[in-house]
Amino acid sequence: MSVLIFADQAEGKIKKAALEAVQYGAKVAAQLGTTATAVVLGAADAAELAALGNYGATKVLHAADARLHEVESTVYTKVIAAAAEKEGAAVIIFPHNFDGKAIAPRVSARLKAGLVAGAISYPDTSNGFVVKKSVFSGKAFANVNITSEKKIISIIPNTFAVSAGTDTATVEAFSPAINDADFKVKVVKKNTLSGEIPLTEAEIIVSGGRGLKGPENWGMVEDLAHALGAATASSRPVADAGWRPHHEHVGQTGLTVRPNLYIAIGISGAIQHLAGVNGSKVIVVINKDPEAPFFKAADYGIVGDAFEVVPRLTEAVKKYKGLN
Amino acid sequence: MKILVCISKTPDTTAKIAFTDNNTKFNEAGVQFIINPYDEWYALVRALELKETVGADVHLVTVGGADCDPIIRKALALGGDHAYRINASSGDSFYIASQIAAHAKEQQYDLIFTGKETIDYNGSGIGGMVAELLELPYVSIAAKFDLNGTKATINREIEGGEEVCEVELPVVVSCQKGMAEARIPNMRGIMAAKTKPLTVVEPVAADSLTSVVSFELPPAKSGVKLINADNVEELVKLLHEEAKVI
Repeated sequence: MSVLIFADQAEGKIKKAALEAVQYGAKVAAQLGTTATAVVLGAADAAELAALGNYGATKVLHAADARLHEVESTVYTKVIAAAAEKEGAAVIIFPHNFDGKAIAPRVSARLKAGLVAGAISYPDTSNGFVVKKSVFSGKAFANVNITSEKKIISIIPNTFAVSAGTDTATVEAFSPAINDADFKVKVVKKNTLSGEIPLTEAEIIVSGGRGLKGPENWGMVEDLAHALGAATASSRPVADAGWRPHHEHVGQTGLTVRPNLYIAIGISGAIQHLAGVNGSKVIVVINKDPEAPFFKAADYGIVGDAFEVVPRLTEAVKKYKGLN
Repeated sequence: MKILVCISKTPDTTAKIAFTDNNTKFNEAGVQFIINPYDEWYALVRALELKETVGADVHLVTVGGADCDPIIRKALALGGDHAYRINASSGDSFYIASQIAAHAKEQQYDLIFTGKETIDYNGSGIGGMVAELLELPYVSIAAKFDLNGTKATINREIEGGEEVCEVELPVVVSCQKGMAEARIPNMRGIMAAKTKPLTVVEPVAADSLTSVVSFELPPAKSGVKLINADNVEELVKLLHEEAKVI
């Protein structure tokens, strides 16, 4: 028996959400008195793989087949299921990111392993195998018991803080049989904004709403984000109006984010927007309307004109960071 | 071409979330139910657009009791051709996916659309599970879907961007914003929906792999600490010293 963790990579680099999954998996393994094995698909740097030991993996299975460079859910499912069988995995952990959402349900159906998607706690094994997950778009939690023999948990990124140790993992080449015919979905093009922090992995997010009046005023949002090392986001009306790209849209119909710090500028805080951000650890709201509902969900607030407050805040952050 | 759109009944996005029976059941009192927005606005409407442009029979399926009939009628009013309600109630994704897969196997669809997740359980699992049970390719969290003969070109969201994929039908796709623009049913559609077929099917035997033990609400925020707009330095200090997030 062991715990298997799917650690996904992008361009050969293990994703932050995957490191969180590895550490989570290692803790679950310790809880169950067993060891954690990570499985990595596609080309990845050997040092990166061994370094998964820093997060608690004892072993890393590396399926380096070049065809696995892009995620194909059918093939990934077969490889992960083969790894689970090889390791006798009783529990499989995924990051609840785009890759995890594409693959974990398939693996669940293939192995008849109950899936808790979007977990925010370690399993409670005192009475069954109960994992807490976010439901109603972050407005509530459910405690879900996995009753099947094999179990799958996908964890929400940015929920479990990681701290790297010094152990290294044994890296083992893993080459299960893969048929060319299984590669049915072919990636023909990638449109990624390199150099930007993916919103779901960002620790600090600066987000702008309709109160900013137009796309030409986004410079101050970006300046503040830059000073904080943050990613930028927007509310739905802003994305709908085309002021900002859709992949920045946070809320019920956009992305759900859980940064350590979420700064909302000129966003009123409709319930649909709050659903996407209320997992944030600290929320700061800057709005000129003291009645804006967002203040009720905030930890800190400034009632004031964003056009005056935000540039001043950026200067204060720069001063604090010694950037001036 | 035959398209299956999987729909689910969820509370309205503005519904008050509360629980009864010792926090084991969602409190439905006073709650308005809708078609899960991802299922309706993106999956169903894109299927209807395909029906209009290339021609298709659009079938709907939901797993639930008779309380789902109003949302099924709405989906028919929007333009669905034939609805199937699998008469079972479950909170387990695998059980629900097994029901949908059994129905789809019988009907042999070219295309199966789901929403990217429901706004109540947020499981995001049905599409992938159905695909695996039917041994079909799966493209998750799609923002764009184009069809050229039997080849689909699909944009799927990834961290910080999107990738463009190509796949031959049949395929299962989970849909999100960008696929289509929301529509409202017109009077003709509402009248026509009354006579469109809604077939109630009994469930097949399937396992449930999970069960909800209880629900809980997040702890209430202790209240906002307001900082004077002229004293932004104070905010930076609090974020560093008190909240410890910068």
